[in-house]
Amino acid sequence: MLYSLGRYILLLRLSFKKPEKFSVYWKEVMREMVSIGIGSLGIVAIISVFIGAVATIQTAFQLVSDFIPKAIVGTITRDSTILEFSPTISALVLAGRVGSSIASQIGTMRVTEQIDALEIMGVNAPGYLISPKIIAGVTMIPLLVIISICLGLLGGYIACAASKEVSVAQYVQGLTDGFKTIILQVSMVKALFFGFIITSICAYQGFYTSGGALEVGQSATKGVVFSCIFILFADLVISRIML
Amino acid sequence: MIETINIHKTFGDNHVLKGIDAQLKPGRNNLIIGGSGSGKTTLLKCIVGLHKPEEGEVIYDGENFTQMHFVERVPIRKQIGMLFQSSALFDSMSVQDNIIFPLNLFTTMSKKEKIERANFCLERVNLAGKNKLFPAELSGGMKKRVGIARAISMQPKYLFVDEPNSGLDPKTSILIDELIAEITEEYQTTTVIVTHDMNSVMGIGDHIIFLHNGQKWWEGTNKEIAHTNNKELNDFVFASKFMQAAREKL
Repeated sequence: MLYSLGRYILLLRLSFKKPEKFSVYWKEVMREMVSIGIGSLGIVAIISVFIGAVATIQTAFQLVSDFIPKAIVGTITRDSTILEFSPTISALVLAGRVGSSIASQIGTMRVTEQIDALEIMGVNAPGYLISPKIIAGVTMIPLLVIISICLGLLGGYIACAASKEVSVAQYVQGLTDGFKTIILQVSMVKALFFGFIITSICAYQGFYTSGGALEVGQSATKGVVFSCIFILFADLVISRIML
Repeated sequence: MIETINIHKTFGDNHVLKGIDAQLKPGRNNLIIGGSGSGKTTLLKCIVGLHKPEEGEVIYDGENFTQMHFVERVPIRKQIGMLFQSSALFDSMSVQDNIIFPLNLFTTMSKKEKIERANFCLERVNLAGKNKLFPAELSGGMKKRVGIARAISMQPKYLFVDEPNSGLDPKTSILIDELIAEITEEYQTTTVIVTHDMNSVMGIGDHIIFLHNGQKWWEGTNKEIAHTNNKELNDFVFASKFMQAAREKL
C-alpha cells in the first residue's frame, strides 16, 4: 500500500516535469480534451436527463403532503442534482468510460514497448503520456458536470411536464427558490478532484502494467475500481469539509 | 564506441548477467547472440538504460551513462536509434508522424523540412509513399522498416536492434539485415544487434558476442565462428543439420 502510494506520487512528480517542447504537449492536451470532453458528452447527457427526471419523480412521490409546497420538489431536485447526482454519478460513469480507456491505452503502450521507445528517444514518458490526460481531466470533467447539471434539471422539467403531480411552474419556482452559490462551488470542487482521481489513478495503473493482454485488462479493471472507491471517498471528504 | 564494464543484473534470485565486459565499436555490426534466457535482451536494455544494472558501467564515448540522471542522458539519447522486436510504432500515429515524432520534440526544423526528412528515411527503407498509412495497416516486415526509418530519422550515432528478424520470412529477414548493414556503413553508427538468427550471424556479424548463462562465452567475427572449438557456441550455432552441412563447406 505504502509502496504503491510512493510510486504513484513519484509518477505524478515525473509527469509534471518541464516538457521537452511545449507545443507538442499542448497538442496532446487538446487531443485529450476532445477525447475526454466531446467523447463523453453523449453518455453524460443521457444519464443526466434520466437521473434528473427520476430524482424529480421520486421526490414528488415521497412528498405527498398538503403541508409541503409542491415547489420544494424543484428545490430538492436542484440541490441533489448539483451537489451529488451530477458530479458523483457522472464521475463514476466517466471512471468506466475515460478511466478504462486511459489505463488500457497506456498499458498497451507499455506491453508493446511503445513507452520504452519514448524513453529511448529521451522523452519523459510520464510527462508526455500522463500530464496531458490529467490536465484534460481536470478541465473537461467540471465542464461535463456543468452540462450534466443543466441536463439533469431539464430532465426534471420534462418529468414534471409529463406528469401531473408537480406543475412545471411549481418546479421552476422550486429551482429558483433560495439558491446558494456554495452548492455550485462544492460541485465544481468535487468535479475537479474527481477529474484528477480518474485520470491519475488509471494512468498509474496503465503505466505500471507488465505482461500482456490479460494484464492490460486487469490494469483497466483495477484503475476503474480504485477510481470509483477514491471518488466516493473524496465525495465524503469534500462534502464534510465544505458543507 | 560503447563499452560495458562488469555488468551484473539480477531479477529477484535470477542472476541474469554475470559481469559482462564488451567493446562495441563504430562502423561495425556488433551482434549479441545466445540461446533463450542467456541475457541478450537484458544486456541490450542495460546498455540503452531501460534496465539499471546492479553493478558495472556503460560508457558511451567516454561518458559514464550508468551514473547519469534522466535529464543528463537526454543528449546521448538523442543520438540513439532503436528498433524494437515488436517495432514499437505508435499506434495512434501515421507512418510519417511516427518518423517525425523525435524531430518534433528535439529539433527546430520547419514542417516542410521534417516531411522531407521523413520522405528521405522512407525512401531509404524502400517504403516511399507510405507516409499516410497507420501501423495497423502494415505487414510485419514493413513495420520493421518503418521502425528503422524512425530510428535513423535523427541521424543516430548509436543504433540498437532487438531481434530484427523475428516473425519475418527468410527473404524479408535478409533485406532487413542488409538494410541495417548499409546504414551502419553509411552513417558509421555503432550498431548493436541482438539476434539468434544464424543468417544474420553469418551474413552481417562483423563482431559477435556469444552469451551463455549470463556470461560472455565467446567473442569474434563471423569468419572465426565456423572454426571455433567452443562447445557451447558450436551447439548453439550449428544446432540444425542445415548449419552443420554448411559448416562442412566453409
